[in-house]
Amino acid sequence: MAAPLTLLLLVAVTVRAALYRSSLADLISERVEVVSPLTAWKRVVEGLALLDLGVSPYSGDVFHETPLIIYLFHFLVDYAEITFMLADVITAVALYLSVKDYNKQVFRKQKYALEADRYPLDCLELIRSPKEMQYIPLKVAMFYLLNPFTILSCVAKSTCGLNNAVIALFVLSTIKGNVLLSAIFLSLATYQSIYPLTLCAAALLYLLQRQYIPVNLRRFSFWWFVAQYAFMYLGSLFVIVGLSFFLLGSWDFLPSVYGFILSVPDLTPNIGLFWYFFAEMFEHFRLFFLCVFQINVFFYTVPLSIKLKEHPVFLIFMQLAVISIFKSYPTVGDIAASFIKHHKASSASSLNIFLVSCVLLACSALFPVLWHLWIYAGSANSNFYYAITLLFNVAQILLVSDYFYAFLRREHHLSHGLYLKRKDGSEATLVLK
Amino acid sequence: VCVRVCVRVCVCACVCVCACVCVCVCVCVCVCSSVPQPKDDFQEELVIRPLHSGDIYASFQFRTLWETDFMRGNKVSHYRLFPKSLGQVISKFSVRELHISFTQGYWRTMQWGQPFLPSPPGAELWVWFQDSVTDVDGTWKELTNVLSGIFCASLNFIDSTNTVQPSASFKPLGIGNVTDHRFLRYATLPREIVCTENLTPWKKLLPCGSKAGLAVLLKSEKLFHSSFHSQAVHIRPVCQDWQCKTTSWELRQTLNVVFDLHTPGQGKLEWSLFKMFSRTLTEACPLASSSKIYIDITDDPQGEQFEVSPATHLLSQAMVLGDRRTFSVYDLTQQITFGTVRSLNLLIRWKSRDMLRPLLHAERYVAGYGLQTGEIHTLMYNNHPYRSFPVLLLDSVPWYLRLYIHTLTVTSKGKDNKPSYIHYQPSKDRVRPHLLEMLVQLPPNSVTEVTVQFERALLKWTEYTPDPNHGFYVGSSVISSLVPSIVAMDTNSTREQPLFSSFFPCKEESSYFMRVYTEPLLVNLPTPDFSMPYNVICLTCTVVAVGYGSLYNLLTRSFQIEEPSPGLAKRIANIIRKMRGVPPL
Repeated sequence: MAAPLTLLLLVAVTVRAALYRSSLADLISERVEVVSPLTAWKRVVEGLALLDLGVSPYSGDVFHETPLIIYLFHFLVDYAEITFMLADVITAVALYLSVKDYNKQVFRKQKYALEADRYPLDCLELIRSPKEMQYIPLKVAMFYLLNPFTILSCVAKSTCGLNNAVIALFVLSTIKGNVLLSAIFLSLATYQSIYPLTLCAAALLYLLQRQYIPVNLRRFSFWWFVAQYAFMYLGSLFVIVGLSFFLLGSWDFLPSVYGFILSVPDLTPNIGLFWYFFAEMFEHFRLFFLCVFQINVFFYTVPLSIKLKEHPVFLIFMQLAVISIFKSYPTVGDIAASFIKHHKASSASSLNIFLVSCVLLACSALFPVLWHLWIYAGSANSNFYYAITLLFNVAQILLVSDYFYAFLRREHHLSHGLYLKRKDGSEATLVLK
Repeated sequence: VCVRVCVRVCVCACVCVCACVCVCVCVCVCVCSSVPQPKDDFQEELVIRPLHSGDIYASFQFRTLWETDFMRGNKVSHYRLFPKSLGQVISKFSVRELHISFTQGYWRTMQWGQPFLPSPPGAELWVWFQDSVTDVDGTWKELTNVLSGIFCASLNFIDSTNTVQPSASFKPLGIGNVTDHRFLRYATLPREIVCTENLTPWKKLLPCGSKAGLAVLLKSEKLFHSSFHSQAVHIRPVCQDWQCKTTSWELRQTLNVVFDLHTPGQGKLEWSLFKMFSRTLTEACPLASSSKIYIDITDDPQGEQFEVSPATHLLSQAMVLGDRRTFSVYDLTQQITFGTVRSLNLLIRWKSRDMLRPLLHAERYVAGYGLQTGEIHTLMYNNHPYRSFPVLLLDSVPWYLRLYIHTLTVTSKGKDNKPSYIHYQPSKDRVRPHLLEMLVQLPPNSVTEVTVQFERALLKWTEYTPDPNHGFYVGSSVISSLVPSIVAMDTNSTREQPLFSSFFPCKEESSYFMRVYTEPLLVNLPTPDFSMPYNVICLTCTVVAVGYGSLYNLLTRSFQIEEPSPGLAKRIANIIRKMRGVPPL
């Protein structure tokens, strides 16, 4: 499989390099859908320029990246394009390897279940065969690399690409079963933007499953493992934060980075829900709704973990999707990261998913049009852009819930049979009750 | 009878003794209270300069010098010429220097030359505090509110979002060795409008008010019907003599006004005091030690370009703005100036025109299109044929225009011109503005262009003014420089000089200090829809609820086989059957 993957990587790098050389690069790096105040490359360059002038980059309100990013780009600012292309390549390769490894485990589990006769006889067509799954890793890598959202994010040099690379490495190390690396990559991802904290539960569940430790709150082995993982995760987080302190010599970056993500002072339009909501919020209720919206991101962790405790990898993808929809400054790069679950689609609701995907595509096309009408032509106002934002987010939510529904339905069929009969013998329909 | 006489004698004696005692007490009291009062002095002058574009520039200056110490322990309580409200401000807020100006209109340097006292459009306030002040920001806030009351201006809009601490551009103009710029605060309100309401309290600060002296000319209906109007108050400590053994407080009230050629409507090139101010002068202010009118006749020594009447033989020469200029002087303290009619109405009749180029002037504008980004361009012109000189550019940009300092470019004559000193303080959202100070060397006979890109922010709907589509003002840039002068300047600051040439201290002979203000900018920001707060909250919460609802359904419900519910008739039949005890259908 190395040859098709290499070919794919070459094509992806060529496309990105071609776009870097064209005049579209400047245009794309200014688009508010692709970059946000947290991830814009212009702000990274501004932070480095402030450092050169002898002023702390965090003394103003322009720069909101972490100190490690300053340190990284202090040396790599001339090779920025190569860095971002490399990040995309690393993400794709990590996803490829992790999906391949995960497929092997899925086959092994299926084999044991078949031998134990746990599947009803009529749902054999739902079981996945090695043949059809052979090209899935390549498809996943291709879907990520040749996704227009990813390409736009890379050409704009948005640091979201680096975040995606760290999350992909985290997924790879979790699936391979390496506890230490998983904790380190997760703490790096959390250090950069707080929201990957919710992936902790998914990683824990997967690693417990892999080490055959049952998830029982009364068992000592469970708590011992949780304590180990928490220690490694929190320890590496403290080490990274301490290193940032020593790099710049002050704690200024804490309110500038994490305070900024959580308190949303900058209302630059983006594809998320926060900006217009807080631009039009009554001052009296601002803090209340801020807390509600931020809790909304973290709130689904526990219910999802309880429901999906047998399927932690799907849980990871669900969490990524929830984060990318409800985070405070989303960009299309985050959306790209959350689309990796596409390969798990079952045919049951593919029509629904197709419709919603069309809505998403149409919205993506309308974003630049309505932005131009508002900002440049002056013939529309902010409500137009806001409406498309709402529609885009609704479509994403429906897509996520459709995938979840398809997944749950497949699991139900696998345990109860594909063709169900009612009490009187006629064909039954399944509903959620 | 003897008793009555005795009583009368006794009474007289008592009265005499009492009278003597009273007289002695009075004499003692008079002797004790003859402590020498601090000396104060008041001077007033008016300079009229015909400008080459045909407009006329009138500059009033009223100076009060008072040898007292506001910073002493026991409070000053006996005010004579110095206004009590300002004296109390100085002592309460430990002010070392205070400069406040209110300006309506923009000074057109290319057509009018250089003003004696430059000021930016709107209101400008800069203050040096004494180094005994512990909380400068708190004192600054109280001071702006008190001045807002004294001058009837909305200076209470000065807060941390438009106050900066320049590090190099605003050095103290009076004496003193405190140069720590932590004690300096500078703020502008470019949107501030000046009107009669501001002129009236300003006139009340004068010793003679507007009843005598030059201040009778300050009638608001004529003063505000002009191209440029600027009134200012400057307070600073100055030296009394060459050795500077005693210091006194100087209060200067200045009013600059430029009358438009075409406003009177006749188009005739003829000016008189009555035409400009609708009043004539009848007497000097009795409290003034000197009251003079200067008319600038340098451009016309032989009387070819214009003619002044009534003629005067008093001439004086002064070094001002790097040039030696000749003035006709009218001394109002001499009764002969008013002539037989007991009133002075100066008349100036023009004959022809000419052009002059100022050595330093600047322009500023916003480039770009759309409501997302833009670029501020500042152009500085050095019109000296062979000398180059450095200028300090101070830019204070509000926080909602996010400057990107890595896009700063300074070019002169097409080549890059790197500034030798840059002090940049980035803004903090809703707390403080950007501060950019640069020292740029201007090559001779060139244009230097400073460009910097910015991004426009979307504000919360409550942060917009009621007319958001008018735009937001950006205060003028300040360009301070030492311009090489054609003639040798006078560095002896204690010599008797007209007020208009002694405002900026002169440290060296070959150059003079000049400050140029650029135009304020008007920038549009993207606006949200102000009628929509409730709708937006509802719609966004609906989307979040859609997400919550779908996930809730999928998480809490499980798949079940649907049993079709029987029809209504069957259900009623089943209920009856159950009551009868018979198995249902």
